[in-house]
Amino acid sequence: MSESKDKKAINLTLKVWRQIGPDVKGSLETYHAGDISTDMSFLEMLDVVNEGLIIEGKEPIAFDHDCREGICGMCGAMVNGRAHGPEKGTTLCQLHMRHFSDNDTIVIEPWKSRAFKIIKDLAVDRSALDLIIQAGGYISANAGGAPDGNAIPFPQESAEKAMDAAACIGCGACVASCPNASAMLFVGAKVSHFALLPQGRPEAVKRVLAMVKKMDECGFGNCTNETECEAECPKEISITNIARLNREYLKAGFL
Amino acid sequence: MNWFFDIIRSSIGKKMMMAVTGLSFCIFLTGHLIGNLTIYKGKDAFNTYAEKLHSLGPLLTAAEIGLLLFAVVHVLSGTLLFIGNFYARPQRYVIKKSAGGRTVGSRTMPYTGFFVLLFVVFHLINFHFVDKTQQTIYLIVSNAFADPVYVFVYIAAMIIVAVHVSHGFWSAFQTVGANHPKYMPIVRGTAICFSLAIGVGFGFLPIYIFYMQ
Ligand code: HEM
Ligand code: FES
Repeated sequence: MSESKDKKAINLTLKVWRQIGPDVKGSLETYHAGDISTDMSFLEMLDVVNEGLIIEGKEPIAFDHDCREGICGMCGAMVNGRAHGPEKGTTLCQLHMRHFSDNDTIVIEPWKSRAFKIIKDLAVDRSALDLIIQAGGYISANAGGAPDGNAIPFPQESAEKAMDAAACIGCGACVASCPNASAMLFVGAKVSHFALLPQGRPEAVKRVLAMVKKMDECGFGNCTNETECEAECPKEISITNIARLNREYLKAGFL
Repeated sequence: MNWFFDIIRSSIGKKMMMAVTGLSFCIFLTGHLIGNLTIYKGKDAFNTYAEKLHSLGPLLTAAEIGLLLFAVVHVLSGTLLFIGNFYARPQRYVIKKSAGGRTVGSRTMPYTGFFVLLFVVFHLINFHFVDKTQQTIYLIVSNAFADPVYVFVYIAAMIIVAVHVSHGFWSAFQTVGANHPKYMPIVRGTAICFSLAIGVGFGFLPIYIFYMQ
């Protein structure tokens, strides 16, 4: 996609997935998005289109969003077949229209997988990810005084790795972009985040078994190491976290 | 034993079985290729190699049963994973593009795998379940590869195996958790080299035999 530097506003043709509810058939509808400032974010562009639809008395396009600064994980859609659009390490809310050119046609679809139900249009129910967290993505902290920060000696390198895994915002782009609709990058990140920290070790065995069990129950696919998730993740979480999940699962299962 | 079946029935468990059996096949392929290379030393060298191999007796039978069991596990769990992945996205995207992660090998695993299965059956009928009391193994092989159709089928099959292994080899390492940023490029490079060695190594044998007669 070529950058449009000279032009401040562009005209676009959008083909947007419209679906009025979870269990009905959806389809692509064509809309014109005229005079879109290239400084806008993708979501702001959709806001403009929605204002037009509301004035025309039509149903606006439903889409998820919250922080609009790339940290909450609420936004997300397939833009021309790519999760969160074509830019690397970017959420949909941080994707700017300067990455598109005048007269581009943009196809916008919701995340699609058995485990994620479409609520309406581009809004998708990702509570399956919450169920996985509920199954074990926490540590049981007993109440009491805050421990001394330096009481547990802990290498900086592991802290960095845990932090990289904790960068996951749970947007579901890994599931959406995976050819198998697998949630292994999400679960890998969540398991790694705790497995790397001393506070996470006591429950490591119980955690990984419970989270993988829940992941399978939710109907996600199986990882075949296509590595599409790693390439599409807005937080650029590495598949080394999936390998760590596999190791943790092996250890928990057989030792 | 319940815990054991819970583990291997899980998505990761099935993947582990794919990885362990698949890597074992890679070791088998290496041995099989080294043995077959004796063809280049001539008829007698090849026949002697085959005789030595068969003189192992029960050891060979045990290895064959092991391979058969592994094949059943690999094909069954591969099929279950494939079906699961198919149902995991009942509604397809109108447009889906790769972000650059997928390779020819990774895209085609279930299909190349299926063709390998067909080929293995064909191959065993050709060279395993034949009467070896009246003719030497070299004669059986050279008779088969006098036919250009056989030469073509075998070369095509070796290309398919090479494509399957080009992803399977490194994927198995990732699946068993052996991923390290420092070593992963080496593992992925080895997968390419190994699949080339398998494809070229086995693929040239039928051509050589065809032109030798
Ligand atoms: C006999 C017929 C075969 C079938 C039906 C088959 C099928 C498959 C399938 C579907 C996968 C993908 C599994 C996944 O990524 O989740 C796979 C992986 C694999 N296959 Fe095969 N395969 C066959 C033969 C072979 C042979 C002969 C080899 C060895 C040369 C082999 C080596 C591998 C390896 C190493 C993997 C990777 C396992 C992993 O990703 O963890 N396969 N196979
Ligand atoms: S809206 Fe919060 S990450 Fe995009």
